[in-house]
Amino acid sequence: MIRFLLRRICEAVPVFFLIITAVFFMTRFVPGGPFDSEKSVPPETLEALNSYYGLDEPLPAQYAKFLKNLARGELGPSYKYHGWSVNELICEKAQVSLSLGVCALVFAIAFGLAAGVAAAAFKDRPFGKTLGAVSLAGICLPSMIVAPLAILLFAIKLKCFNAMGWNFAKDAVLPAITLGLFYSAWIARLARASVAEEMSKGYVRTARAKGLGGAKIYSVHVLRNAIQPVISYLGPAAAGLLTGSFVVETIFQIPGLGRFFISSALDNDYTMIMGCVILYAAFILLFNLVSDLALAAVNPKIAKGFFKK
Amino acid sequence: MKILSWIKSFRKKFGLAASIAAAFWILSFIICMLADFVAPYPYELQDMQLGLSAPSLDHILGTDMMGRDMLSRLLYGGRISFLVGILATAVSIFIGVFYGMLSGMAGGKTDSAMMRIVDVIYSLPFTIFVILLTMAFGRSIWLIFVAIGAVEWLTMARIARAMTLGLKTSQFVEASRAAGQSAAGIIIKHILPNLAPSVIVCAALTIPGVMMLEAFLSFLGLGVQAPLPSLGSLIKDGAEYMEDAPWLLVFPAAFFSALLYSINLIGEKLTDKKK
Repeated sequence: MIRFLLRRICEAVPVFFLIITAVFFMTRFVPGGPFDSEKSVPPETLEALNSYYGLDEPLPAQYAKFLKNLARGELGPSYKYHGWSVNELICEKAQVSLSLGVCALVFAIAFGLAAGVAAAAFKDRPFGKTLGAVSLAGICLPSMIVAPLAILLFAIKLKCFNAMGWNFAKDAVLPAITLGLFYSAWIARLARASVAEEMSKGYVRTARAKGLGGAKIYSVHVLRNAIQPVISYLGPAAAGLLTGSFVVETIFQIPGLGRFFISSALDNDYTMIMGCVILYAAFILLFNLVSDLALAAVNPKIAKGFFKK
Repeated sequence: MKILSWIKSFRKKFGLAASIAAAFWILSFIICMLADFVAPYPYELQDMQLGLSAPSLDHILGTDMMGRDMLSRLLYGGRISFLVGILATAVSIFIGVFYGMLSGMAGGKTDSAMMRIVDVIYSLPFTIFVILLTMAFGRSIWLIFVAIGAVEWLTMARIARAMTLGLKTSQFVEASRAAGQSAAGIIIKHILPNLAPSVIVCAALTIPGVMMLEAFLSFLGLGVQAPLPSLGSLIKDGAEYMEDAPWLLVFPAAFFSALLYSINLIGEKLTDKKK
């Protein structure tokens, strides 16, 4: 298990550097610079700005400087939000996105798993079929549709939530559900399919023949096997949820990180793009690692089979 | 009457729900593609005096802020969504099958290196990638195809590779090789035809994902150039006026979701049938 973990980490580190290197050079090859959009800047000022931030140096030198600063955990100043460093910006915004993402993730897992298992358990009855159809509908409703409809219904018509803003704990309810709904529908579908498949296998029949009750069959035998596709889905899903969603944060006016992913790229805010990408890449690699470990814990064959190759 | 019997056999095979879904999808496709002839008004025709108006006999689905007919915009928007959904899926399937098959056929170190690349691209933040692409090459519908296709091929590549690995060692391929068939011949004669069923299922499941990506790009303002609508941009505009004019949000959202639901349902039935 330890060797499995170490090997996975050793694989993740070069991928991390590949990602940030790729994005670093991609941002620089896009025409235009971070100060182009500022109105009526005389060429001398632009030049001074570029040289102040070291943007007039050759690319390899800039890249070396970027890596050196990264090693010290320093991402530099934001080019767009003057007076802010990227570290400060990300720390502040990521807190909001993280807390929203955790709520959404908990909702998605709890709701999705329950619905998926129930749909598989009552597969041939109207209840299970309805659940299956509802979860299929869930993956057809992107947050850009759910969010405005939820505001229209719960905030404007029923007035039980604030339409937007991020001031009270209650404000997290609508965005968290909106954000989590799509993921919970996916989890429900994955869980339904894999539980249904496991239920048709021989060991379930054996357990039944032994006289084991329904609940016991699920908790001891079926779920352990059936949960695996859900775990591998959760790795990237968690990374996506926790780094913030542009759509939900825009519609609900939440000051999170999701919006910066888009605006920094649109503004050519090089340091901020790199900050977002580093955070995203770190999250996705970390959660893939966690989900690999969870898979290996649930199914020891995975950790062992890994070394047979 | 051949069509009728064809429909009957389809219904027998996939059930009523999937048949209705398929009929809805195909009908919507045809109507949207014929938007130039079917739409009651041009999509960019403004009627400033009318402005925002609720559904009426003249404008069945109402009009937007600039007095543009919603039904017409919905049809033209649907056309873009269909085009992107089908063409970008085709691009991604083409790249994915080719790449996955090559990787699987090569095997060994080449294979694991090629799959490593897929892993890396999987963890790239897609939105930043697309924004940089649009900023580098300007906005055009072709770029959307390429950008979406460039992301969505990864899953197909994995599936194609896994299946090629299995097929490569099967007896009929070995027999064909023993009979002197070249590698290219094996790919064309044996591997590709056997991949086809999985490719079709994967395509049906990729189309809704692609349509959602296009809607997301339109939401960011990186989709098709206004005044040309897409379902994504219609939903986005609708969300802005939802308090005064809920019909601007509800109709495109319902149409979009119905399209996604029907193609997802077909994909699900195809997956079930394959098992």
